[in-house]
Amino acid sequence: MKKPRNVFHKLTFGAVLSLALTSTATVRAEDTIKVGVLHSLSGTMAISETTLKDTMLMLIDAQNKKGGLLGKKLEAVVVDPASNWPLFAEKARELLTKDKVAAIFGCWTSVSRKSVLPVVEELNGILFYPVQYEGEESSRNVFYTGAAPNQQAIPAVDYLMNDLKVQRWVLAGTDYVYPRTTNKILEAYLKSKGVKDKDIMTNYTPFGHSDWQSIVADIKKFGSAGKKTAVVSTVNGDANVPFYKELGNQGVSAENIPVVAFSVGEEELSGMDTKPLVGHLAAWNYFMSVDTTKNAAFIEQWHNFIKNPKRVTNDPMEAHYIGFNMWVKAVEKAGSTNTDAVQKAIIGLEFPNLTGGVAKMLPNHHISKPVLIGEIQEDGQFVTVWQTNKVIDGEAWSDYLPESKPIIADWTPPINCGNFNTLTKKCSGQNY
Amino acid sequence: MVITWVLRVLLLMYAISVPAQTQDAFSQALEQIRTGSMGEREQAIETLASDSRALPIFDAWLNGNLFEFKAESRLVIVTESPMGYHLTDASSGLALTEVDRNAVGKINLTNRLRSSLRKAIARLQLDAVDADTRLAAVNTIAKDIDDTGLALLRTHLIDESNLAVRVAIEHIVLLNDIDSSDKATRIAAINALKDHDNRNVANRLRALTEKNADGNYLETDGDVRNLAIAALTRINNRLQVYAAIETVFFGLSLGAVLVLALIGLAITFGVMGVINMAHGELMMLGAYTTFVMQQLLPDSLGWALILSIPMAFIVAALVGIGIERGIIRFLYGRPLETLLATFGVSLFLQQAVRSIFSPLNRSVATPTWMSGSWQINDFLSLTWNRFYILIFCLLVFTALLQLLKRTRLGLEVRAVAQNRGMARAMGIPGSRVDAMTFGLGSGIAGVAGVALSQITNVGPNLGQAYIVDSFMVVVFGGVGNLFGTLVAGFSLGIANKVLEPYVGAVLAKILVLVFIILFIQKKPRGLFPQKGRAADG
Amino acid sequence: MNLQNLIQDKTYAITLAVLVVITFLIPICNWIFPENSPLHFSAYSVSLIGKYMCFALLGLSLDMVWGYAGILMLGQGAFFALGGYAMGMYLMRQIGSRGMYGNAELPDFMVFLNWTELPWYWYGFDNFGFAMLMVFLAPGLLAFVFGWLAFRSRVTGVYLSIITQALTYALSLAFFRNEMGFGGNNGLTDFKDILGFSIQSDGVRTALLFCTGLSLAGALLLCRWIVNSKLGRVVTAIRDQESRVRFLGYRVELFKLWVFVFAAMLAGLAGALYVPQVGIINPSEFSPLNSLEIVIWVAVGGRCTLHGAIIGAVLVNYAKTVLTGLMPDAWLFCLGGAFILVTLLMPGGIVGLLRRPRKLPPAVNIIGESA
Repeated sequence: MKKPRNVFHKLTFGAVLSLALTSTATVRAEDTIKVGVLHSLSGTMAISETTLKDTMLMLIDAQNKKGGLLGKKLEAVVVDPASNWPLFAEKARELLTKDKVAAIFGCWTSVSRKSVLPVVEELNGILFYPVQYEGEESSRNVFYTGAAPNQQAIPAVDYLMNDLKVQRWVLAGTDYVYPRTTNKILEAYLKSKGVKDKDIMTNYTPFGHSDWQSIVADIKKFGSAGKKTAVVSTVNGDANVPFYKELGNQGVSAENIPVVAFSVGEEELSGMDTKPLVGHLAAWNYFMSVDTTKNAAFIEQWHNFIKNPKRVTNDPMEAHYIGFNMWVKAVEKAGSTNTDAVQKAIIGLEFPNLTGGVAKMLPNHHISKPVLIGEIQEDGQFVTVWQTNKVIDGEAWSDYLPESKPIIADWTPPINCGNFNTLTKKCSGQNY
Repeated sequence: MVITWVLRVLLLMYAISVPAQTQDAFSQALEQIRTGSMGEREQAIETLASDSRALPIFDAWLNGNLFEFKAESRLVIVTESPMGYHLTDASSGLALTEVDRNAVGKINLTNRLRSSLRKAIARLQLDAVDADTRLAAVNTIAKDIDDTGLALLRTHLIDESNLAVRVAIEHIVLLNDIDSSDKATRIAAINALKDHDNRNVANRLRALTEKNADGNYLETDGDVRNLAIAALTRINNRLQVYAAIETVFFGLSLGAVLVLALIGLAITFGVMGVINMAHGELMMLGAYTTFVMQQLLPDSLGWALILSIPMAFIVAALVGIGIERGIIRFLYGRPLETLLATFGVSLFLQQAVRSIFSPLNRSVATPTWMSGSWQINDFLSLTWNRFYILIFCLLVFTALLQLLKRTRLGLEVRAVAQNRGMARAMGIPGSRVDAMTFGLGSGIAGVAGVALSQITNVGPNLGQAYIVDSFMVVVFGGVGNLFGTLVAGFSLGIANKVLEPYVGAVLAKILVLVFIILFIQKKPRGLFPQKGRAADG
Repeated sequence: MNLQNLIQDKTYAITLAVLVVITFLIPICNWIFPENSPLHFSAYSVSLIGKYMCFALLGLSLDMVWGYAGILMLGQGAFFALGGYAMGMYLMRQIGSRGMYGNAELPDFMVFLNWTELPWYWYGFDNFGFAMLMVFLAPGLLAFVFGWLAFRSRVTGVYLSIITQALTYALSLAFFRNEMGFGGNNGLTDFKDILGFSIQSDGVRTALLFCTGLSLAGALLLCRWIVNSKLGRVVTAIRDQESRVRFLGYRVELFKLWVFVFAAMLAGLAGALYVPQVGIINPSEFSPLNSLEIVIWVAVGGRCTLHGAIIGAVLVNYAKTVLTGLMPDAWLFCLGGAFILVTLLMPGGIVGLLRRPRKLPPAVNIIGESA
């Protein structure tokens, strides 16, 4: 009876002790610069985020081959927040305090970013967020390298309205903040263009919705009223496969009712049977099919790194590519990885896009991007059917929402605020 | 004499030069298709629209078989061959060499080009020998009709011999007659069309009954308008019937998916009392089996799908038996420990799939006979995949019921389920029956996975999405009662679909859940409780 | 007192002692030693230990219903989340006009949804006392209504377990809806102050940890006292032979209801302490899988021991923290494997290892067979 008891005591004490020790230990290596990678590798978001982890490893690896940064090697610290939102905050804190990373590249969903936000602000870290999102935010410590609504949604609607002469609109989305905001902005925009209420149908479904029969039947009915109809889809992730399958099976083809999606890219397509999707549209800032030498080199680098020539590249990968390289340039310019110095140095920096044109870090911590609209082909790639003739600046606060219209973000003096009300001349919503 | 000679020579020259010129325009258009922008390609389609030689090219293009042979800069039609691609020259139709996939570049299409192509093909096919092709062509033209199309159809009507094609064309002409200036023609047209289940008719009639901004009718002729209103009411009444049929079908097919996902559970959970949290992952294995089968047989997707049914059964059953022999058998009588251990198994299997197949979703193709829908009329169509899944679900259910009722294994399973000790005393090998039962339940989960691969994502999270729902329905139907499971699955599916249009998808689901919670208060043992001593815990 | 009880008492006492030491040691250390001293606990470890303690409290509450009353609750997370939301709503109101849109009346997400006034159920949450009352009342009330319905109509065993799962699933879907007015999928976040102090300051964090530690130690003492009281004995008797206790004249459903509501309130308290420490509350806390995980903590630690639940919760979560950092690609293998091994080799959980093997109390009566 004595022996197990001792073992047990050791177990308990050991656990408590090691907990205390690991968390208070401050020893760290000074000869590398650490970069945190905060993407879910398990759980529901692993589908999308794992690729971004690999992208970061590739970029860091390539930078090290070029001689590292400031004479030091870069070291990736990969953690798995497991698609669990509070765990994102915990892991961000771990990366910043325990591993002392110089910057974090991570998050996919809005809620994960919202969860991490207070932590990076408190600990004055840097987060590069690579996914298109709803806007209405600009933090001192976050750089948004994905598209803001004005860099994706509005150009897409313009294309549908002007080139395809669409008159009736279905705004279908997953019920969370990104689709809600995007649809709200689009509704305001469409109304400003004279579209009537009865010609807009809005529909929200839960995450992972799998039974689309009734909704697609409704869309079909809505679209058979004799006017050209299009679906603007902010349906997220997993729900897309059953959605497109149902569209195809119920005979809704891209020629009758085109669907333009903001969350369906090459990677999502690689996991779908593309037959029913051919001809449907997507709006992004990057397509793998764009024919530039930079893009070809990037794709080759990716294939070599992942050792699988069938893997595709997508928009958030380009966002990380741009974000990482901008950060590297900013660190070189500032001569240190100090957060404040990097923040100051990075604004105004430019880096070429993979699809042509130059991305620039704007004072509102968003970047300028070209907008491309592509049609899905049977091989899971896009054919660009329309693109903006110049890059578009990302807007943190939408002009089409009354409450955010007077607000601007500008992280350069004298404003130095992510939430500046131009009417009251007040800076609000800041934590410092 | 001289004049006639001159004329003859001129005629001859003309006769020679015309094909030469058209030949020139033809190859020019092909060149435009090969190198031009999307706008130029559209022009080329216009140019070729009346040239019957263009038909095979258009067909190939629409089906994604038109390529550019890079080395010789010419347009080719390809057919897949084991070596790569087999090339046929687009303009002459002569067979060329076989080349590697990289030697050719696909001629891309956009929606706009696709619909122009379809239109052009339809017009060219109006003279086809096959009546069905003609009918399809007429229907395509009717979709987006303009004056040229109408004129074309009217001329074609004169020579058309097939009745179905005639009716279709007449119907289009009638539809156009509603806009005629002659009142009698209009009234006759409306009367003739009022019993047609056709969207265009409904839209046209609706337009006649609309008001403008001042509240006045757009249609000034009262008789025509009233007739249109009456006809529209009839159509709307029919529409309601169709909508009801559709809702029931939607509900049944949702229910079928649920039932498929949970019959296996009804066995392991209902009959054996094992809470198997890895049930969803067994379905996932079935879906991945389908994926693997399709990778192995890339040329016959349909057969791959059919073959994956037994394969998925075997794979999932073997894994199931492995779980039972390795873990669950030590935990009988401690259902909660089984819950814990199988939850561990489910985490394990998920991560294993992530490591083997990557965390990305895998693409499982739908064979042609399962895609599309059964178009009963313009307002009512039932999608094939759901239809087959519904039938498949009933088949699996019947087979399982027969197995339990008529075979020795079934008898033994039921005996062990009712009274383990007594069964053992009668000489039934308890542990073997347990393993077989668990294998059976798991195998059915695998088969359900095959069905799920046709409607949803094949990825590591496939199982999780269904597990909570499944347990709920089993409990609602009455644990241990297969028939209850079936009724519960279908009725909840229909309830969900009836509620959905009124309250939205999320609230419908919440209401169904609340209903189950309240229902259990009323009938604490589910819809069909087990009777007898065995039921008392 | 026989040997087993002695051991049980000893491990129990040790757990309690460790708890009290941590609770007092960390604030004292942080107060005495400067920030860069190795004996100063960083904000990271403070918030991590605080989080574990919240989970431990949650596990403890589940052990009361599952271990002692024999109700396999697969929806304990619902009460946790409700308590968390009550606290979150108070914290949201504390933001005042410092939100994104600078609206003093409405939280940001309501401004965003074009709402013009505060929904009635948000009234009163400006007041800390009221919010704390709701932390206990909201889960308590839900547990009361649900339990009253379920126990009165004698829903038992697996049926009960599954409908508790249905309950938390329905709540997760409901809170997910933006129309509900609880922030939808993003939930409540971006908190700034608690009782006027900045939520990000070290002092507040340490104070929260201190409160959590005290609550946990207090709850452990209270639970221990309850299970050893006459009430506790009756509840345990109901678990083992419900009908016999009923025939003896006890109102079985009332006893069960009492424990159920008590445990729900404990879970609510855990949620309320959890939210200010992690800074976010959203509908994923309601997800059935989260609730299932709580069951696993308790099973790993040792059901029906109270302190086992605490040990299990801390260990499993600690393993998660370490493994997600150390081997992000393979940690699920370890966790899944550990669950399987624990159930096969240590049926009484970690605490059970110390006991002489004896028959465990029946977990739950499942259809047909009395286990």
